[in-house]
Amino acid sequence: MRGQQTPSLWRWLRHVPTVLGLLVAATVLWHLYAWGIRDAVWAPNAEACRALAHEGACWGVIAEKGWPMLMGHPADTGLSGLPLTLVLFGGSLLASWPLGLALALARHSGPVWLKAPAIAFIELIRGVPLVTLLFVAAFILPLVLPEAWQVSLAWRAGVALTLFSAVYLAEVLRGGLQTVPAEQSEAAAILGLSWPGIQRRIVLPQAVRAVLPALTGHAIGLLKDSSLVMVIGLHELTGGLSLSLGGDPVWRPYYFEAYLFVGLVYALMCWGLSFLGRWLERHWLAAPQ
Amino acid sequence: MLSFFTQPAGFDIGETGLLAFDASQPLWWAIVVGLGNTLRVSLPALLLGTALALTMALLRRSRTPGWSQLATGYVELIRNVPLLLQVLVWYFLLVEWLPDSTEALSLVPGVWLSKGGLAFPWLMPDDLGVWRWDVPVQDVFNVHGGAAVTPEFLALTLALSVYTSAFLSEVIRSGLEAVPHSLMEAASTLGATRWQQVRLVLIPQALRTIIPATTNQYLNLIKNSSLAVAIGYPDLVSVSNTALNQTGRAIECLTVMMAVYLALSLLVSVLMNWFNARQGLKGVA
Repeated sequence: MRGQQTPSLWRWLRHVPTVLGLLVAATVLWHLYAWGIRDAVWAPNAEACRALAHEGACWGVIAEKGWPMLMGHPADTGLSGLPLTLVLFGGSLLASWPLGLALALARHSGPVWLKAPAIAFIELIRGVPLVTLLFVAAFILPLVLPEAWQVSLAWRAGVALTLFSAVYLAEVLRGGLQTVPAEQSEAAAILGLSWPGIQRRIVLPQAVRAVLPALTGHAIGLLKDSSLVMVIGLHELTGGLSLSLGGDPVWRPYYFEAYLFVGLVYALMCWGLSFLGRWLERHWLAAPQ
Repeated sequence: MLSFFTQPAGFDIGETGLLAFDASQPLWWAIVVGLGNTLRVSLPALLLGTALALTMALLRRSRTPGWSQLATGYVELIRNVPLLLQVLVWYFLLVEWLPDSTEALSLVPGVWLSKGGLAFPWLMPDDLGVWRWDVPVQDVFNVHGGAAVTPEFLALTLALSVYTSAFLSEVIRSGLEAVPHSLMEAASTLGATRWQQVRLVLIPQALRTIIPATTNQYLNLIKNSSLAVAIGYPDLVSVSNTALNQTGRAIECLTVMMAVYLALSLLVSVLMNWFNARQGLKGVA
């Protein structure tokens, strides 16, 4: 029936954009294959890489520089590279949970004298870019902190990341708190449960479950945002790459390949986190209540 | 305490857009120029990002095999790599792989792309004061005429729009999916054409869920433009950072910078809330 309603030429013409688009996509993929696999140099051979003149990928740069990029520059005292990324991410995620939870509870159900400062704090931090908080950590904290409290730049960056993470976490958790009906808290209170008991046993398990996907997204965002500490001169994964290649005239032309490698490392970690999040959703949400 | 903002800045700003600046002008004007640069990169990125996001969202809904997988791959890849890394990649690609400005690449007649940036035609008054299109031309050493943007500007615009589009396309897609299909079928039963169904049923209802989340993405984009400092594009953060290094007044410079961002965030929230109220439930019980 449909074939008789539309003229057959028109039916064919409708597919022209699709065919053209797929041709373009196929060409791009073909060029990527030619550049990244067919013509690539895989050995850490600077001569062979130079001969390519960027017609093919020089994966040799990763064979040569991959380890210092991941594990940090030997000249760096203290942590750098991937370990620093992981410590900053894990540390500030853990530290931001109590603070974020407190902020969320204060904003959701706290008395006015707690609610108002919580709102002000959350909106203040959310209104400015992370880079400005890192600058505060780098330049202002040393000025205002007493002598005994002076800590290294990595710790101060960690504090900035923690505060930043806490306010976004607070907003995610507040969304979860709002899904729990107030009657449940009231019923629990009538049964004689204390406020901490109500939160811990009744409200929070439901609230956290309700926003589990958003919590995964928050963790992934924090992992990616930890790369910004490079701006204040810390050499975590992204900064470590610039440090490893920037000072080396032989391998400096192959930043792009190194960026792709580091990007892949980040993407694998993020995919890992979202896999973990989905696993939690399946197993925890399915758990008997 | 704030008097030093009226003193000469003492540093130059690489690109100033439509504003003018030199080192003898006061520091507060340097910060205004920085804010101008933040907006100058945010607005094109916002438009380009929205267009890309719309394309990706529609591709992901496409029933033709291949398209939705391609769009999904794009979103999954872009969302899981830090924006800072993407900014650095775009910048590296532009300054390393493009031809020198002595042999610029002509994309379309009058538009030149090279390591020196992107040159394009622009309205300018000639000697007689008549406004004409000034078309850039290639000469021996450089591309002359028209208007030009730097590779820093291009890298930041591209990175911001691509990164934002990956998040925004998910917002748009979920907004479109939130409209029950039965409503479109009902409109079809009432005799509405396909275009009428989309324009009068799908879009107005989808916008209600899309706009609030889009506000967040736009705010993120403006805040993310602060990554300019990593590649030396003179936005608000870069200029404040230079001022801080020049004057040593860390507290004042950073307070002003954060206050400007807060005001900007507030302004965008108010604008988008107004748009949302206009688009929201109107004459519906």
